[in-house]
Amino acid sequence: MDKKRRDFLKIAGATTLAGLGGPAVVERLVTGTSPAQARAGHGEHPVAHGAKTHTAASGHEDNNAPTGRRLGMVVDLRKLRKQPELMEKIVHACHAEHNVPHFPNKKDEIKWIWRTKFENAFPEHSDYYKDKLTIAGDVLVLCNHCDEPPCVKACPTRATFKNKDGIVAMDYHRCIGCRFCMAACPYGSRSFNWRDPRAGLDMNHINHRFPTRMRGVVEKCNFCAERVGLGKQPKCVEVCGSTKAMIFGDLNDPDSEIRQVLKDNFTIQRKPSAGTHPSVFYIV
Amino acid sequence: MFEKALKGNKYYWMWLAFLGTFMAIAAFCYVRQFNYGLGLTGMSRDVSWGLYISQFTFLVGVAAGGVMLVLPYYVHNYKAFGRITILGEFLAISALLMCLSFIVVDLGQPMRMLNVILHAQPRSMLFYDMIVLNGYLFLNILCGWVILTAERKEVKPPKWIYFFVYLSIPFAVSIHTVTAMLYCGLPGRHFWLSAIVAPRFLASAFAAGPALIVVVALILKRVANFDVGKKALDKLATIILYAALTNMFFVGLEFFVAYYSNIPGHIHTIEYLFFGLEHDGHVYNNLVPFMRMFVLLFVVGVALLSIPYTRRQSDFWLGAGCTALFISLWLDKGIGFVLGGFVPNPLNEITEYYPTANEIFIALGIWAMGFFVLTILYKIAIGVEHEIEA
Amino acid sequence: MYDGGKIIPGLIIFVLFITFPIWYNRGNAGTVPQPELPKNYKQCVLPDADMRAEHMQLLNRWRDQVLRTGDRSFDVKIGDTMYQKSLMNTCMQCHTSKKKFCDRCHTYASVKPYCWDCHVAPVE
Repeated sequence: MDKKRRDFLKIAGATTLAGLGGPAVVERLVTGTSPAQARAGHGEHPVAHGAKTHTAASGHEDNNAPTGRRLGMVVDLRKLRKQPELMEKIVHACHAEHNVPHFPNKKDEIKWIWRTKFENAFPEHSDYYKDKLTIAGDVLVLCNHCDEPPCVKACPTRATFKNKDGIVAMDYHRCIGCRFCMAACPYGSRSFNWRDPRAGLDMNHINHRFPTRMRGVVEKCNFCAERVGLGKQPKCVEVCGSTKAMIFGDLNDPDSEIRQVLKDNFTIQRKPSAGTHPSVFYIV
Repeated sequence: MFEKALKGNKYYWMWLAFLGTFMAIAAFCYVRQFNYGLGLTGMSRDVSWGLYISQFTFLVGVAAGGVMLVLPYYVHNYKAFGRITILGEFLAISALLMCLSFIVVDLGQPMRMLNVILHAQPRSMLFYDMIVLNGYLFLNILCGWVILTAERKEVKPPKWIYFFVYLSIPFAVSIHTVTAMLYCGLPGRHFWLSAIVAPRFLASAFAAGPALIVVVALILKRVANFDVGKKALDKLATIILYAALTNMFFVGLEFFVAYYSNIPGHIHTIEYLFFGLEHDGHVYNNLVPFMRMFVLLFVVGVALLSIPYTRRQSDFWLGAGCTALFISLWLDKGIGFVLGGFVPNPLNEITEYYPTANEIFIALGIWAMGFFVLTILYKIAIGVEHEIEA
Repeated sequence: MYDGGKIIPGLIIFVLFITFPIWYNRGNAGTVPQPELPKNYKQCVLPDADMRAEHMQLLNRWRDQVLRTGDRSFDVKIGDTMYQKSLMNTCMQCHTSKKKFCDRCHTYASVKPYCWDCHVAPVE
């Protein structure tokens, strides 16, 4: 009897482990890459990776295969600090473009991109003897579209997912509103529709080319997937225009403008210690 | 066997009516919330989980606590638990029903609930939580019912049921482990990002669940002429005592890691929960009274369960000690752990959470529903026991 | 059967009650709704009968292709023009009235698609 019980427990334990680890193993087998290799593909050796994926994209249409694009953004705080009104304009343009409701009550607040203080955006940075500029100037924060997004891992319905361009997208049709992603996001980038968002919108002056949301779903910046998909720049980048305060492009393309900017400037990221590999960089 | 629940004295029906009133109020409040949205709760962008999920977390523990009866009785053949084990199994059923209800009322789009299965994401801990919670619920209903039916017919339970009884043991551990993993795998929340969360949850569960069972058993002794036996209660008190002390030991370790390492992220939440967190010239401390009460009741409860007189000679003091510990652990896990984890938010801002009346009534109603189901299940179990004796 | 005298009439009343809409209308389906079609356009994405039967599946397919696959190409052919897969930016550009087009059938069939919780109907 005793032996039987021990055997049984062993089997039960092994089955549980297989259940937990199985999906990861299968994924590894299917894609044929280890996480470490995948990372290298995204960062250190983009030339080989880029070339490989180009052929893959033009070859057959396999939607699950990584196409190797990873859209990213550089926010130049030096330029934004000089013109705080531009920051206001960016926030307003984004929220108008995407019909983001405005609720004065902080409890119902919804935001995709917003201004905050340096120490709030970068809480892990030392705040001793800060220079005048850093104290005075605000930072624009938005979804980081992480390469390793914890929200995507947390979502029980795949309502939030990383698309082929590296954008962490939301499928509002599928979201059940469990808010696990909000707990998982280390950047506080996600908002929940605590009530009907249309109550916070002037329905006569909304963007008729983009939907609103419904109550009970989580929303956030979508890196303007709807514009990028049509070859346009994200709205915030478009508003910056020639000031180049925000630069957008493919981080995996070594010839892109954004890569040039990253090569020429010292940039920082929000909470690198969280291991999420954000796609948004800041020039301080 | 359900007919046993249909016969009862005046007090039985009054108690059910009392619970039913709360359930009706909660149903009304939920309709309001369903129509308006979760904006009727006190939750916000910064504290995105509130009373519902914290109650869920605590009740998973209560459900898992039942295993402290199943394990000694079925695995170690500890005969003294013969009459009390069914109480543990049935408590698990009602606690799990409460858990599932708390999840459902917390959803923004409850109509899409089945997306968790239709579009299952095996990397999400919520997916596993759904599996183990429903699995454990099923196992407890099955085992409880089959064994009780056998008891009623005064035959031995069928052999195959023991497979499910033993299976329910790892399930009990897994429900609370997976629930802990909902929290401790999140990279941005220092307070939750701790490997000791799962063991701590289990320790507190193994104290809170049995503590409730002791209290209920003492009540049943008075009102239902059902005595589980002194030996069983005494053994349970030992289990509760050790589990509660282990929980406190783990809490102490959290304190050590936070304050000795001096890492701000680790300190902030603990500071907020137990002492009040100063931020921009304002001290935020709305959970401090709850957490201090947690410590106080813990000390009282442990004292009452340790002193031989209060533990063995007096049902009243034993019950008081278990009640104190149950409330203490509820304050710890059912209030502090979940709500505290959101302070400060990822941008180092502080938003305090105050539940609304609507939200509190829904939560109360779900608790009432749990006790309603529990009452009926216990009525059936005790009815069967009395039938055999008669 | 115990209490057969109560159970059988009870069952009959129950069945009559839940089938009330059927026998009350005596099989008459009511006036068939006439959704108003766009005046300037003759063709749709699919032939009329297919659109009538399958527009919901089509919309779901478009939704998944656009949102989840990220395929926002203009690959919907109507007549000689290519359009993008979009409810608001393609369908509703021709069908300019939700009330006179979508709602007429949906009301008749008593279906309440949740499209319009988020998607914005054209201004009427």
